[in-house]
Amino acid sequence: MAFINYSAREINCKLVYYGPGLCGKTTNLKFIYEKIAESAKGKMISLATESERTLFFDFLPLSLGEIRGYKTRFHLYTVPGQVFYDASRKLILKGVDGVVFVADSQEERYEANLESMDNLVGNLREQGLELERLPCVIQYNKRDLPNAMPVDELRAELNPQGKRHDFEASASSGKGVFETLKALAKLVLLDLRRSK
Amino acid sequence: MSLTPQLVLFEEDHKKIVAVAERLVSEANAKAIFLVDKNGQLIAEAGELKGIDTTSLASLVAGNIAATGGLAKILGEEEFPIHFHQGARDSLHITLVAQRIILVVIFDERSSLGLVRLRVKKASQRLAEIFEQVFKKTAAVFDEKGLGAPFAEISEQDIDNLFSD
Ligand SMILES: Nc1nc2c(ncn2[C@@H]2O[C@H](COP(=O)(O)OP(=O)(O)O)[C@@H](O)[C@H]2O)c(=O)[nH]1
Ligand SMILES: [Mg+2]
Repeated sequence: MAFINYSAREINCKLVYYGPGLCGKTTNLKFIYEKIAESAKGKMISLATESERTLFFDFLPLSLGEIRGYKTRFHLYTVPGQVFYDASRKLILKGVDGVVFVADSQEERYEANLESMDNLVGNLREQGLELERLPCVIQYNKRDLPNAMPVDELRAELNPQGKRHDFEASASSGKGVFETLKALAKLVLLDLRRSK
Repeated sequence: MSLTPQLVLFEEDHKKIVAVAERLVSEANAKAIFLVDKNGQLIAEAGELKGIDTTSLASLVAGNIAATGGLAKILGEEEFPIHFHQGARDSLHITLVAQRIILVVIFDERSSLGLVRLRVKKASQRLAEIFEQVFKKTAAVFDEKGLGAPFAEISEQDIDNLFSD
């Protein structure tokens, strides 16, 4: 559930891009940052190591407009993918409103995708959340590469019941990036309608 | 509701919070005050805000608190409740209020660490009381009826419009 500020008439939502190291999370944010109108975006922050791998998080605030008189803000975060940054991932998941799971379509990253999905489920559970009940979309990234696995095979593991919206993407060229973001934003905002 | 509620802040409470923050700015001779949720959302601000990227500040402060929180656990501490960063010109005094709200005070040579610490202590008690109420109201919204209007009426079209252009 988002942060609703009646006084400032704002809805603030936290969206997290999750997935194995080097699957393209930062690339998604960079593309969004480049394409979005100057007025709609804040500064993109990357806390990265020298080798450009995300150390703590990337952060991109977006302010896309109003819904029913409320300014709608999205705070996009990525998590570091490497196994040893699990502490950082837990912290970034705090208060998450929705997750994009970015899978790396390359065959050799198959196991890494599954591990990362397990890790997501486990870390959410630690804060009392079930992935099942959280707005979540799946992105099969790097579709442009020759060693990309068939989508059906990835889907069979990552979205077995087909309950999630899922998208094919090539984040480095921007294909599928906005479709993914929009689908998640929709789920998160429509969630505000629900009552117990 | 499917998720743990984050925060629903009603106008009356927001006003109370801003009033405490403004008073703290003047009593502590501070430059600026920020209240940030541990999730990185900016809740209120007061003082000289010119030139400060408040959204980035909120996100990084929350990240910092989270990281030092992890550090505290390694050492067997629950949390480090007070943080102080000294700069050449501006300094930062950071404390936790009501467990999940971060109070950030920015001050310069017009004030001192001692004064800031003293005033923060008093303001924190007041803020904690207000936030306890805010958390209760947030929980009540979700246990009872949901957010209601205008959120109950959000349509797919509304959301499509956000992304059109
Ligand atoms: N070919 C190809 N490369 C990609 C794609 N998306 C990301 N990359 C590359 O994969 C590498 C890691 O991407 P990055 O976004 O830093 O991964 P992260 O660890 O998930 O943040 C970079 O060299 C990107 O340019 C894609 O769709 N296709
Ligand atoms: Mg990255």
